[in-house]
Order: sequence, then structure tokens, then C-alpha cells
Amino acid sequence: MIVNRKPLTFWERLYLPAILGGFKVTFRHAFNTLFRGKTVTMEYPEQKWAVPAGYRGAPYLVKDQDGDTKCVSCQLCEFVCPPKAIKITPPGGSGLKPDRLNAEKMPLEFEINMLRCIYCGFCQEVCPEEAIFLQKDYSLVGTSRAELIYNKEKLLSLGGEAGGLQKWKHKLEEAKAQENFPVKI
Amino acid sequence: MSAAATTETKPAVPAIEKIKVKVDGREIELPRLIADWSGKLTPTTMIQACELAKVDVPHYCWHPKLPISGNCRMCLVEFGTPALGPDRKPVINPDGSFKIAKSPRPVIACATPISPGLEIYTKTPAVKLMREGVLESLLINHPLDCPICDQAGECKLQEYSVDYGQSESRFVEAKVHKPKAVDLGPRILLDAERCILCTRCVRVTRDIAKDDALGIINRGSYNTISTFPGMPFDNNYTLNTVDICPVGALTSKDFRFKMRVWFLKKVRSVCTSCATGCNIFIGSREEKIYRYTPRDNDAVNASWMCDAGRLNYQWIGRADRLKDVLVRGQKATWTTALNEISDKLKNAPAGSVAIIASARQTNEELWLVSKLKTKLNAITDSMPRVGEADKLLVNADKNPNTNGARLTGISFTEMGINLEKIADGIASGKIKTLIVFGENIVKRAVSNEQLRERETLSEVVEEHGLTAELLAKLDALIVSDILPNETTKLAHFVLPGAAHAEKRGSFISGKGRVQKFMKAVEAPGEARPETEFLRTLVATVAGQNVAETPEGLFNQMAGEVPALSGLTWAGLGDTGVTVPI
Repeated sequence: MIVNRKPLTFWERLYLPAILGGFKVTFRHAFNTLFRGKTVTMEYPEQKWAVPAGYRGAPYLVKDQDGDTKCVSCQLCEFVCPPKAIKITPPGGSGLKPDRLNAEKMPLEFEINMLRCIYCGFCQEVCPEEAIFLQKDYSLVGTSRAELIYNKEKLLSLGGEAGGLQKWKHKLEEAKAQENFPVKI
Repeated sequence: MSAAATTETKPAVPAIEKIKVKVDGREIELPRLIADWSGKLTPTTMIQACELAKVDVPHYCWHPKLPISGNCRMCLVEFGTPALGPDRKPVINPDGSFKIAKSPRPVIACATPISPGLEIYTKTPAVKLMREGVLESLLINHPLDCPICDQAGECKLQEYSVDYGQSESRFVEAKVHKPKAVDLGPRILLDAERCILCTRCVRVTRDIAKDDALGIINRGSYNTISTFPGMPFDNNYTLNTVDICPVGALTSKDFRFKMRVWFLKKVRSVCTSCATGCNIFIGSREEKIYRYTPRDNDAVNASWMCDAGRLNYQWIGRADRLKDVLVRGQKATWTTALNEISDKLKNAPAGSVAIIASARQTNEELWLVSKLKTKLNAITDSMPRVGEADKLLVNADKNPNTNGARLTGISFTEMGINLEKIADGIASGKIKTLIVFGENIVKRAVSNEQLRERETLSEVVEEHGLTAELLAKLDALIVSDILPNETTKLAHFVLPGAAHAEKRGSFISGKGRVQKFMKAVEAPGEARPETEFLRTLVATVAGQNVAETPEGLFNQMAGEVPALSGLTWAGLGDTGVTVPI
């Protein structure tokens, strides 16, 4: 297909009116920024965006309202993680006692490689214990690759607390209420 | 395949009357009697008919290798039989078929024998409702422990919940809470809450292991599996209860909380702890072995294996594994070490070389060793390793491949008979070079604790005079091994080898079953499967080119070793072939 280019009019061929049109836009923005305080850019990183609700930032581990680790090391997040960013070391026979004894286990080590993480949120979605949440951090800085592999301690300290239904505690209380188990084994 | 080699797993049974039944409208012909768990002929049951018709019937308590219990009710099916007229003869439809009278009530498929003209219906709405009802009842008191339960991923309750479960429980009362993490024995933990009381564990320990150790105590909702108070559940077959537990009630202490089962890569292999050669799956993830589980093979181990063999895997991942080629204590490359060794062997006068091979090596390796033996006119033998046997699976011979060593001509009917001759040869200075494979030949105290780890299940018989002083007289001591020991310390050449889980190959069991095994994990460091360097030595010393792969080696070997004639690697299949020994 041939597109015929229209010949320029006399006014267009003068060239200067277009320059002036450009200056008009430039000066309007300069005036608005300098005198009317209407900035369109931000002094990052001193200034930061207010992250909206539902934002998918870095995934961190959370503790429950009693300050106990919620993760039970079921490794579903490790399984579902598309870029294989999560690596969990289950307690095995290490003798590690979980924070909530009736939950029976918690991870010996929990590592998320933040360089691999793609913030998809599958880990949060799959977690049966509501122990991992994508939070609001989007700018993770480190001077080495190793520094950006966050371990359990770091993930828990960054994650903070998220209460909720304490099913293991509830189960323990329910079991304690049933003291009529006939023959103890 | 030759006439000598057979794949038959059972002796030929006398002709049994065949009867025709219909499963979900498809007619199949079945024998009236079929071998039950103990091999005795019993009437064929509906669940077996469904299995043979390739129709899935969900079940918990039924297991093909156990007596029928019929308590879980999950296998309920509807059925119909030919209707009888007033003359007690089947009523015939106009088209010549039997008129079927559908039974008004269901039956459990696992305990109901089939009869001629029987029709089984497994897909009717009523059957689906019954399965849903049974499952709902089983889930009343079952805890929602899946995130912390080791069975998750291979749990029948989970699987059938997907098929027949409901998304929400209708049960509003509190669940009955039973004891958790009960220590039943040295290898078993019981979570009584998760138990669905199918009694498979009771039957496997009573009828297979012949140790009536488990039973059910308490009544009603408080029913619990237990041992007699104060009696530990500690026979050598306890971990089979963990395998057959359809839920996560019985868990292995060894595997507990180590890894979720869906991560484990299952590789077909063979247990090397004794000459029985139980078929196993090796469960590994990221080059680490987590567990052995038995693999069905009716000719060898049915569905079982002993605890000792099952737990004898940790040595493969030990940190002190031999990882480097050492020439007189210095790190070297395979090329330099093999060049030096082949020069030594090429120039060795006939009869100056002795080889102590191992009955833990594969047939392929032993065959290549036998080629070196012929070329060098070497005196060879391997180390006997004996222990205790039992009546079920454990063999007194703790070498997995004694018959392989015999059939390839490395050792003789009485294994270890040449060791003294080798010791004498070294003492007299006739033998200058000794090649050792996978054995610690230095005479030592039998009860030495540190040496036990790899030999947990056996006592090495040490009736020979191969002392450290004697070995120091050798010009060259060439040792290929997996773990460091006294012999590797004395060796001039150390060649790191691969464990059975790190290579492919075949063993011949004590009963002459040739079985192949597959590679599960990579060998650490510079360690390589022994066939790789044996191939090089056979080429340089004996001047023979042999196949590069274990498959090719096996097929070549089958052409040369009379006992294996006619066999092929592919023909071994997953469960092996029995040869006369």
C-alpha cells in the first residue's frame, strides 16, 4: 500500500510556529512546577509511593498474635513457586521444637531468593497456615547475591504479625477439654 | 530367551474352572479360584474381579497381600445375579441372556466371592452415595493435619476425598481427640487421631511378620491401635506397617518430617543389604536419598522389606565419602592414575597380580574384573559376609551379589577360600600387585565399632592373614572403594567408586534372580561407576573393547557367561529373571 504524503502548507513550511508551539508546552510545565507546585515527578528514594492495598511486594513470613512462627514447613509454597525461589529445610530428626508444640513442626530453615522471586503470590495463595504474605516492600537492595537470599530469621522479622484463626491452639484446647480418654497409650 | 531362563513368578497351577462375570456391563472371564495373600487358592472376590477388569474400586482395609478384614466399607458395590424361576433354573431373556435380579442391598467387594453370571455395578448413583457416606463417616474424627502429616501426597484419605469428599464438614460437634505422636517402638510413631482403624497394620505384623504385636484397644469412638502395655513394637518388619497404612497414623521415625513425598524422585532399585535382593524404590531429591520403600515383586519380596535393609542407606550420603583419585596420597586425575595402573599391569609378570573383588559389585563390574583376571592370570576371590537369617526375607549371606561373583568366575562355591593363598603369595613375594574392590581387606577386630557403619547388618568373616604389615610389602596396592577405611589408607592408588544408587547395573540374588537397578543420585566429587575405569583397563591391558553402557555390558556378558546366556538387559524387565545357579 502506498501512502501519499500530503505536501506541507506554506504555514507549516515556515518552521518557526512549530518551535514556538513546543516552547509553549515547555514553559507551561516550567511555570506550573516552579510557581504553582504541580510536580509530576518524585524525589525517589527520599519520597516513595503510597503502596495501594493488595499490592504484591516481597513475600515474608508472619507470626501469629502470640508471637509464634506460623509456618509448619509443609513445603507447598516451595512446590508451587514457579521460579523455585523458596527453599525450606524441614526439621526432620533435628530435635527442633516448634513454637506451637501441637503444630508438631516448623521449618529448620526457610530461604527465599529475592532475586528469583517474581512476586506472583502463589505462595500466599497456597499456604494452608496463612504464614506467608506478599507485603509492601518493592525495593530490595543488597551488595551481593547471597545478601538477597533471605533466611527464616530475616523473613520473620520483616514479616511482622498477622493474627487470625489459631486452629492448632483451638485443637489443643478441644483436646484438653476431653479428659475422658479411656486407656491411655 | 533361553529355555533355562524363565520369568515365571509362580509355579504352574492346575486348571481352574473359569466363570463369566460382568463388571460395569463388560463381560470378563475369570478363574473361580485365585491365590490369596498366603498363596492358597480361595474363591475370587468381587474386588479382584474389578481389578482384573481394570475398574477402580476404592478401598482402605483390603490389601492384595493381606487377609481380608472387610471393616472399612469403602468398597461397597451393587450387584445382580441371574434370577431363578420356579424351577430353580435361571430365567432366560428373549435374546438368550440371563435375566438379572439386582440385589436390593450392596455388598463389600473385598469379601464377596463371584458366581457365574454375576454383574457388578460400581458406577451407579447409589454406589457413589455410599462411598461419599463412608468417607464422610471416616472424616468425622480425622484431624485436618495434612500440612504437618508425612502421609500427605500418598494418602488414600486425601485421594478419595478428592473423588468423593465434600468441601465442608457437616459435623458440628467437637472431634474426638486421641493421643498424638505415640512412641510404639524404636522405628514407629503412632498418631492415633489420624487412624481410620482399617487394621492393615495389625494384619501385616500378625500374618506376615508373625509377631502378633498390635491390636485395637478401647471402645467406640475411642478405638485405638496399640501394643500390649510396655511391649515395644520392634520386630524387623515394623516399617511395612508405615507403607501399608492408608493414612498418616503410622509414621516412620527415620523419615518423619524430613521431606514431603511429592518431591521425591522414585527410582527402581534393589536392596543391597543381603542376598535376598528385595526390590525397592529409592526416594531421592536433589542428589540426597531420603528413603527406601519396597517395590512389588512376587518372585522376591512380595510387597515387603525388612527394617534393617530399609534404613541402610545413610552411608551413601556420608560426608567422608572418597571423592578424589589419589596416587600415593596425592590428588591425581583419572587419566594419570589409569595410565600408571595400566602400565603397571601390562608389565606385570603372569601370576604376580592378585584381585580381591567384592560380591557387592555389579555383574558388569565383576565380568570386567574377570577379563583382567584371565589376561593377567591373576588369583581372585571376594570377601564372604555372613549374618543372621530369618524365615521371611533376611538372608544369612549379606553380600547382594554372591552368585554374580561365582558365575563370573571371581570366587568359588566357598567364598574366601583363596584369601589365604593371596596372603601367602604376598608373604613369599610372588604377588607384587593387589587390586581390591570395595572391601576393607585389612584384618581387624571384628567388633570394632567404627567399622560397623557400612557393615551394620553383617560380620565380615576374617579368617585370613592379610595384615597391614603384609600389605606394606606390595609394590602396588590398587583400591577402588566408596568409603575410606584401613585398606584405602594403605593404598598406593585410590579410585573412588559409586554406590549402587549412583549407577546402573545388575545383581544375581541368592535364589538366582537376575535383577537390574537404576541410578538415583550422582556420585560425589570425582567418584565414578567402576565400569568406567574397568572398561579403560580392559581396553589397555587386555586389549579388548567392551560396550560403554551397563546395558551393552550386560548384553555382551550374557553372550559369554554360560549361566546368563540368552538374557538381555531389556528382557530383565522391572522384576528380573530367574536363572539356574
